[in-house]
Amino acid sequence: MVAFIIRRLIGMVFVLFGVSVLVYIIFILIPGGDPAERMAGKNPLPQNITNIRHQWGFDRPFYVQYVKLMEKAGTGLLPGKHSQYSILRSFDTRQDVAAEIKKGIPATLSLCVGAAMIWLFFGILVGVVSAVKAGRLSDRLITILALVGVSMPVFFLGIVLRYFLAEKPTNPPFPDGEYVPFSVSPTQWAYHLILPWFCLSVLFIGFYGRVLRSNMLDTMSEDYVRTARAKGLAPRQILLRHVLRNSLIPIVTLFGLDFAAVIGGGAILTETVFDLKGVGWYAAQSVGSLDLPPIMGVTLYGAFFIVVFSALVDFVYAFLDPRIRPT
Amino acid sequence: MVEPGATDLTLDSAPYLAVDEHEVAIIGRSPWYLAWRRLRRNYVALASLGVFLLIVVCCSLAPVYAHHVAHSGPNDVHAGEHVRVSGKLRSVVGGGAVYDPKTNTFDVKPVIYLAPTWWHANGRFVLGTDKLGHDEAVRLLYGGLNSLKIGIGSAFLCTFFALVLALLAGHFGGWVDWVISRFFDLIWAFPVFLLAIAIGTALQVNGFHHFGINIVPGSLWIPTLVISYVLIPYVGRPIRGQILSLREKEFIEAAVGQGAGPLRVMFSELLPNVASTVLVLFTLIIANNIITEAGLSFLGAGVRPPSPSWGNLIASGQDQIQTAPWLCLAPGLAIVLTVLSLNVFGDGLRDALDPRAKVRLEH
Repeated sequence: MVAFIIRRLIGMVFVLFGVSVLVYIIFILIPGGDPAERMAGKNPLPQNITNIRHQWGFDRPFYVQYVKLMEKAGTGLLPGKHSQYSILRSFDTRQDVAAEIKKGIPATLSLCVGAAMIWLFFGILVGVVSAVKAGRLSDRLITILALVGVSMPVFFLGIVLRYFLAEKPTNPPFPDGEYVPFSVSPTQWAYHLILPWFCLSVLFIGFYGRVLRSNMLDTMSEDYVRTARAKGLAPRQILLRHVLRNSLIPIVTLFGLDFAAVIGGGAILTETVFDLKGVGWYAAQSVGSLDLPPIMGVTLYGAFFIVVFSALVDFVYAFLDPRIRPT
Repeated sequence: MVEPGATDLTLDSAPYLAVDEHEVAIIGRSPWYLAWRRLRRNYVALASLGVFLLIVVCCSLAPVYAHHVAHSGPNDVHAGEHVRVSGKLRSVVGGGAVYDPKTNTFDVKPVIYLAPTWWHANGRFVLGTDKLGHDEAVRLLYGGLNSLKIGIGSAFLCTFFALVLALLAGHFGGWVDWVISRFFDLIWAFPVFLLAIAIGTALQVNGFHHFGINIVPGSLWIPTLVISYVLIPYVGRPIRGQILSLREKEFIEAAVGQGAGPLRVMFSELLPNVASTVLVLFTLIIANNIITEAGLSFLGAGVRPPSPSWGNLIASGQDQIQTAPWLCLAPGLAIVLTVLSLNVFGDGLRDALDPRAKVRLEH
């Protein structure tokens, strides 16, 4: 077990290094050109451009820029006061990227945790119902709904929900946008988040439902299920104890990955549509003005989070299921 | 017909025996023919294919429609003009501040956009107009053309590169497999959509001018390349897994024993065996790419205005959803219909090609 953890941690360090290099390539090498010229504004003095270039370090060799960039990303996370050029800052607004991301975390976390619970519960429910009633009308109906859910762009669903349920001029059944902190009012917090929760989880409900349905149908034809049936177990017991338990393994894997992806910035469209001022919303605001550092910060921290989180998930698995340890 | 003797029964003599005993001929049927026969009975899947092809044809006819029916290009501004709807003269974008010469004042009224006229205005403004007075139906068709170009183009690129990488990794194994798998892992470590936004935005700043490739900002190539790049591991991984298990089969051993080189083994032995998986993944990935493109363009990291795409049409219509809901609903429904038809067809195709297959796109 210890050897497995050490091996996995070494692998993780390599992936993190790869991620940081890829982020550097995407944001510094691909755009090419000189950010200083864009930052200096219209008709700048040549001296201005030179100053900006020097202060932000755009005139250094690329490996120095890479190390500096990672240093900046790291120091931004540390508490305390930092000098102006030692942390990641937006080119446009010159705001501290890490601080802005930290501000968005409560909203993103509330959205993701709530939605994850909803999609896990309803995904399993939908999967079980459609597997038990396979071939019947309700199964067809659920399959169709799942297909529509998978085919619906999240942002379009969000806009439609907001338009019909939250933006009516008279007495809308749901409040429109705006995140209310949990500490201010738990009921208002939940009330304001119902539509975003629903919107984010619909796609996953459909997807999980379909995966679970096919897994359960496969498991039901296994020999040990027939044995359980032959020895006279109640159908409900067979379903819950034998079939569902084994069919849930891939769902748990999927859930770990999806949850990490959603927290690491995957909820960007939902947050944008509902004006939830979370981490993804912050990145989306910078897309329009092509301001790269905020997007870079969110991508970098998001990817780091996913890598670390998936390593943790692997440890939990290795603890629960000894068979996967050697891999 | 040569009558084979009773002593030399081989597989080749089976058809002759069948003719002799039951007076029926055995016709050789390829797996593709059998799949087609299964697909032919699946009316829902065929109907979805029909819907998708219809959408493709409609969108490709966008220039014809714009020129002969709507008499307006996708970026022509008609604000301030008037159009005859069922005989009545209506302004394209009405309201706002209207100057009244009698009292010498400006009369401010709410802005009214021309609602869908359907066919009451001789084909003009069939789906209404937006705040600049664009013909929304024309923009919808041109936007669909862009979205489909990106969706299908990136599906081709993505499937091609994923297939080549998977063949190399699966066939050679060893360090080639290690490098390619780590490359997949690296992309996998990012949230897909965020990575697409990151690369898309970075490319929109100055375009791409390395390695002799020149792409200007705002080009349709940017979203196409970005989407195909970020989805490579999602297609490559399942194919690589299949090739790894196929490589151990006897027919590969036989081919190698006959002296077949790596290229021949990869392309004439392995490739035909993963062709059905690739075909299903290709269909599903078009659907996925259209949704991804719409999301990217919605945020401004994909197709940038003034070029229309379904995603940025929704984004620009979002502000006017109270006064002109059709601006959002029309492109949104177009996306849902296209993606739904592709998904249903993809499912049907999978059932037909290999009922036991578990090919699916993981999110």
